[in-house]
Amino acid sequence: MVNGLHTDETVGPLFMTPDVDRNREFFRRKPRALTDKRTTVQDAVSRLVSDGDYIGIGGFGTNRIPTAILHEIIRQGKKGLGLSGHTATHDFQILAAGGAIDRVDVAYVIGLEARGLSRAARRLFEEARIQVCEWTNAALAWRYRAAAMGIPFIPARIMFGSDTMRYSAAKTVTCPFTGQKLLALPALSPDLAVIHVHRCDKYGNAQIDGISVSDADLARASKKVIITTEEIVPEEVIRQDPARTIIPAFCVDAVVEVKYGSYPGNMPYAYFSDEEHLREWLSADSKPETLEPFLRKYIFGTKDFSEYLELCGGEAKMERLRRIEFLEEV
Amino acid sequence: MVAVIDYNPMELMICLAARYLEDGSSVVVGTGAPCAAAMLSQKTHAPNLVIMFEAGGIGPLLPTMPISVGDSRTFHKGIMASSMLEIMDACQRGMVDYCFLGGAQIDKYGNINSTLIGDFHKPKVRFPGSGGANDLASLCWRTLVITPHDPRRFVEKVDFITSPGYLWGKGAREAVGLAPGTGPYKIITNLCVMGFDEETKRLRVETIHPGVSKEQIVAATGFELLWAPDLTVSEAPTELELEILRKEVDPHKYIIGRQAS
Repeated sequence: MVNGLHTDETVGPLFMTPDVDRNREFFRRKPRALTDKRTTVQDAVSRLVSDGDYIGIGGFGTNRIPTAILHEIIRQGKKGLGLSGHTATHDFQILAAGGAIDRVDVAYVIGLEARGLSRAARRLFEEARIQVCEWTNAALAWRYRAAAMGIPFIPARIMFGSDTMRYSAAKTVTCPFTGQKLLALPALSPDLAVIHVHRCDKYGNAQIDGISVSDADLARASKKVIITTEEIVPEEVIRQDPARTIIPAFCVDAVVEVKYGSYPGNMPYAYFSDEEHLREWLSADSKPETLEPFLRKYIFGTKDFSEYLELCGGEAKMERLRRIEFLEEV
Repeated sequence: MVAVIDYNPMELMICLAARYLEDGSSVVVGTGAPCAAAMLSQKTHAPNLVIMFEAGGIGPLLPTMPISVGDSRTFHKGIMASSMLEIMDACQRGMVDYCFLGGAQIDKYGNINSTLIGDFHKPKVRFPGSGGANDLASLCWRTLVITPHDPRRFVEKVDFITSPGYLWGKGAREAVGLAPGTGPYKIITNLCVMGFDEETKRLRVETIHPGVSKEQIVAATGFELLWAPDLTVSEAPTELELEILRKEVDPHKYIIGRQAS
């Protein structure tokens, strides 16, 4: 890209076609009734995750992530998944380590922010074992928004002039009112969204404390939604303060109670991230020889998330992380 | 006799960056040095600085340094715990004055690479990608960069333009469709502060840090730099800045204990 050679041509693969009429037909058949959707992690994953599905993960990488479902996806050996890499950090690390994904829309992956880079995740790219399309955090968030709105694209003023744009699947459009050049971001409707929340009722009406990141749009954009929750509360709790519902039940397909479900990630107003365990992950996934026994110990060799939590220090560890969250301990 | 105040390059970079954030302005920051700079600003000359984090935190009273731009510190006692699009919409409609970026490579027009080294389809080194960097570089009024200064980082041509600087020169941002009046503003390194020449939009050294020579800067830069006609020495941190930085902003030395280069 130099003077005079600039082009708006983009060469990235479009993994999900923004077919809003097909989505309307899908959503037409989606149940609206308040039915009890409580189930287990194992059942939710075996029933709602199919090989080849394209998924979006709620939260923000190491904050309010649905760890139990991510572990179960690789424990059940799901393959060929596509992923929306909207700040996917520890979530991406787990799926990459388990060999579950073969294509990714990248905004931010591989890194765990200030903590460093996951070698296992890097190897996927450096050995060309994954199909890649580049985007940005806002691009993926606006793509969810377009899908949530039921429109095929949304215009924005980002990515122009960059290689991020060149390796994306965005297109340029002209504003019919002002004549301005805009970037058309195609609506993104994942087959499945997995979101961890603070509380919801058995139907899936969900509340989040603190930042919601892009989860309101992600839940509406996605065809199927699994909610994991710190706590399942009586319906009255939701009805007492309905303005707090961020995801309504009619978007939700499964509800699973997983206390401490964002561990080793941060859960605002509940527990902080476990920096020690995240460091252990980064060090283990630096080499295939160390990653394999690590995964066997913590994921493939455990029955479920509660066994994993026990291995990581159980209630005593969670009490310490609670104290760190509330600034009672460093 | 003036007392000699001892400080390290990271502390100098943070103090210099902090001074650019005016009281009453808004800034999107990440973790690390940018966050320390915004906190220092807020505790010195800019109590009304609105600090935002791209995951949705607005106006926190930061109790400690966040480790993630989405962790609970980023909205601790904030004015709003919002969403990513609340922040990005604000940037796009022109309400965000400053942002901070970093990267693996930067060229003479301030274009930044945080995506990869080598070939796209089989990169030699893969980095995280844009995250929100391209969004902020495209939409915020002024982009600030805090970065170590070495020839592997300051290169003639970046392997990949993750976030647009002035692309290939004056008028280029507008020509490709970016919002007018935006772009990189200052690049703060461990050797100097650079701005951009009005005519060419190329990097131009404006102040040199105390004790640093022009030759050192030239040797640490992989392209030809411009020099401001009124080249001066960067103003060292004041005692007050250092005290607040060390006691209140970063008491555990998470950031200021790091090497700046």
